[in-house]
Amino acid sequence: MDIFLQQLINGLTLGSIYGLIAIGYTMVFGIIGMVNFAHGDVFMVGTFTAFIMFLLLTTVLGITSIFLVLAIVLVVAMAFTGLVNWTIERAAYRPLRGSFRLAPMISAIGMSILLSNFVQVAQGPRNKALPPILPDVIVVWDSGNYQVTLAYKQILIMVVTVVLLAAFWWLVQKTPLGRAQRACEQDRKMAALLGVDVDRTISLTFVIGAALAAVAGVLYLTYYGVVNFADGFVPGVKAFTAAVLGGIGSLPGAVLGGLLIGLIETFWSAYFSIEYKDVAAFSILAITLVFMPQGLLGRPEVEKV
Amino acid sequence: MSGPMLSIEGVETRYGKIVALRGVDMQVNEGEIVTLIGANGAGKSTLMMTICGNPRASEGRILFEGRDITRMPTHDIMKLRIAQSPEGRRIFPRMTVYENLQMGAALGGYAHFDADLERMFEMFPRLKERLHQRGGTLSGGEQQMLAIARALMSRPRLLLLDEPSLGLAPLVVRQIFDVIRDLNATEGLTVFLVEQNAYHALKLAHRGYVLVNGAITLSGSGRELLENPDVKSAYLEGGA
Repeated sequence: MDIFLQQLINGLTLGSIYGLIAIGYTMVFGIIGMVNFAHGDVFMVGTFTAFIMFLLLTTVLGITSIFLVLAIVLVVAMAFTGLVNWTIERAAYRPLRGSFRLAPMISAIGMSILLSNFVQVAQGPRNKALPPILPDVIVVWDSGNYQVTLAYKQILIMVVTVVLLAAFWWLVQKTPLGRAQRACEQDRKMAALLGVDVDRTISLTFVIGAALAAVAGVLYLTYYGVVNFADGFVPGVKAFTAAVLGGIGSLPGAVLGGLLIGLIETFWSAYFSIEYKDVAAFSILAITLVFMPQGLLGRPEVEKV
Repeated sequence: MSGPMLSIEGVETRYGKIVALRGVDMQVNEGEIVTLIGANGAGKSTLMMTICGNPRASEGRILFEGRDITRMPTHDIMKLRIAQSPEGRRIFPRMTVYENLQMGAALGGYAHFDADLERMFEMFPRLKERLHQRGGTLSGGEQQMLAIARALMSRPRLLLLDEPSLGLAPLVVRQIFDVIRDLNATEGLTVFLVEQNAYHALKLAHRGYVLVNGAITLSGSGRELLENPDVKSAYLEGGA
């Protein structure tokens, strides 16, 4: 019971991060039917931006308030990563929009390699580490031989995730921009007939997806304290798995899928084998694609008119 | 103002190698109801969509209030206050009726949203009952009403209506045509109507054109076309 509770806390923390990344996959797929294979590396760029900003603010500028630092890091990482993804969309995906279906996806694989290699050359191939951020923990329950703890940074991760998801949900459901975005997802031709600038809406979708991935990057860095140029790949594929499990195209599905993948991974590590935790997560991808391709909250293809 | 509101001059549209429109010439004047009739595949919907820039005309030009819109992006054309209720209605299926109407009002900046919404409820009371239902769950007739209401929410100067009667019960068709006639008579709304239901459309219209295989073959006042023997035999016999 004590280990179970601990893994539940850890799993939800990790799942929050996956969920934030998964939204970027699912939004882009929803609006242009493309799997953005570079999204994991966009997340890595966000994490690296956060790393550089942390160092800059704490060592060069000497800011000591950790919450002020986190707030600035979040804003800068979101803005910069959004700009990077906007540029990628303009340069590598939009020119291929009229082309065959696979063309932008191949281009995305190229962008993925470009981003990770660029960061490898520019920042070096080794792990970059930060001093621990918010190292304190709360002992939630002491069973005698095991202490269940909730780290401050886990609380931070969950709070930031919930707040940002709420803001994002409001944006998509209640604002004209969100409506235009959903309209483009459901019928691009009709959206244009109602005066929606479809290209601009698609660009904004990439920016929003990247900004949420950057938030995930900041939280990932806070949680693990290290970042590496190759860190886009595994979390990226896991978040993609989360999007598929939740039903690709579905926003609540992406969050649900993220939480489930986080939980599956941590419980598998605790009760079976930590070496095979990635195998467990990716088996879910294969099983979902074979037996339930529409995912948990996805729509069956037939509804698409 | 001088000159027609919408002027289509020698427009040719292709889908790859297939020529869908071959040199179409026609005009719509301000305050008119103009109808275009033609058989399946004659190119009626292609003409409607070509006016909105998707697909684009490969030859000829399209003027709206004297302004060349042939090469403008679709969303900029619509900003000139042209609205279309397109073929197949194209209701956003996973948005509520309310949200679909909001989409229609987006171009006008929601300035008259509440007043316009009330107007739509007066014209189509069914929409009020269905307000928070998803578009995809509406019946065909309700979707058609919603498509027209959505187009009207932007307060257009020119309304393009593509087959509003398709697949609907005669009573609903009459209701929709009454609304079009009222809007034209009371507010001076200019309407360009594409129809297969030639009898009702020609009775409603001030002027009409006949489109055959991508080219205009006949034009005249609604009554002239109704009495034209070719129109009678091709579009009216056994119908109406």
